[in-house]
Amino acid sequence: MSFRPIPPGVFPPMDLPSYGSTHKRHPDQAPVRIPHTLTETSAPRFTSSAYPEHLDMSRHNGREAMGERIIIAGRVTDEDGRPQPGVMLEVWQANAAGRYQLDRDQHDAPLDPNFSGQARVFTDADGNWSITTIRPGAYPWRNHHNAWRPVHVHFGLHGAGFAQRLVTQMYFPGDPLLALDPIYQGVPEGARERLVAKFDLDVTRPEYALGYRFDMVLRGRLATPMENPA
Amino acid sequence: MITASQTSGPFWHLIDFPEWADLLRAGGPNDGVAGSRITLTGTVTDGDGAVCPDAMIEIWQAGPDGAYEAGFHGFGRCATDAQGRFRFATLKPGPVPGPGNSLQAPHITLAIFARGLMHHLTTRAYFAGEALNETDPILALVPEGRRGTLIAREASPGHWNLDIRLQGDHETVFLDI
Ligand SMILES: [Fe+2]
Repeated sequence: MSFRPIPPGVFPPMDLPSYGSTHKRHPDQAPVRIPHTLTETSAPRFTSSAYPEHLDMSRHNGREAMGERIIIAGRVTDEDGRPQPGVMLEVWQANAAGRYQLDRDQHDAPLDPNFSGQARVFTDADGNWSITTIRPGAYPWRNHHNAWRPVHVHFGLHGAGFAQRLVTQMYFPGDPLLALDPIYQGVPEGARERLVAKFDLDVTRPEYALGYRFDMVLRGRLATPMENPA
Repeated sequence: MITASQTSGPFWHLIDFPEWADLLRAGGPNDGVAGSRITLTGTVTDGDGAVCPDAMIEIWQAGPDGAYEAGFHGFGRCATDAQGRFRFATLKPGPVPGPGNSLQAPHITLAIFARGLMHHLTTRAYFAGEALNETDPILALVPEGRRGTLIAREASPGHWNLDIRLQGDHETVFLDI
């Protein structure tokens, strides 16, 4: 079954003048709308046996990463509210100092040998997932003078159809950098606020870690196959 | 309301597992599956013609029998190198059922992620010389003059190449799926 078209007013535009890297990378031509075929309605079958879970970024090789330990939990549903089981989430982020565990990140902040910055988790039968990590730091990114990314965690989702593939970012409540960030501000108002996690005392574990909730919504299925391109 | 997309960049390499570019890797999900072995390569360039050395390409394809995930795990991921090039080793997919009773020509779907792409781009690689290309229901939706941007060329036996131009002259046709 086909997926619903992406509704207007949710995704950021490909051409975002305030984000320099889009200038020469956004297509000039409109994409060609196609009906969904088996290619778009099916998706790779990921399993935790072939793609092992890694649920805790707060420790690496048995040692604790530096920083504020946090738990992030959420639920993946589709736009009809149906829980999405078996979704593979890939998670990646900077360390507490705002530095990625990569050669190409040259930000002058310390690396943490006990922080890998990557996790993988599958949603359960009710679409729920949870990981433990440390709160990442903000980092500079040279897009404009004195440009700093708000504190964020990257998420990649593999759903039940290739058309559901989603890569997004989670932000933290109350971050003053959100108002200044072209990538976050590029998402239309009303949709962007949903990228901000909520502090959640029910996710918080006593004497252990603060908890945040981040729910994500994937495209839903159309009731009938989409026969003609709209 | 669905969750908004955000760029994967600039540090998506934390989820780069180079072995995923080889769908036929020893000990991998397709180890021993029979079919026609091919490599799919390409160079990603921007509107200035400059190469994109920090892109991530994902592929999704049917197996040699034209079925998805029935004996062949058709998923791969590859980082572009310093020259903007990607390279996958895989099996040539078979024709895939299309809308109604139609048949789609063999094709590999590509999703392109990178710094500066607010959401990923989707395109397809078809194979030059394939008779079914003439009747493929998706290719038929693409203006004839731009169709070539979706047709991989056989550079040498079994080595297919399709370059991705994000913007400007001969811009790749991207698909709104
Ligand atoms: Fe980041």
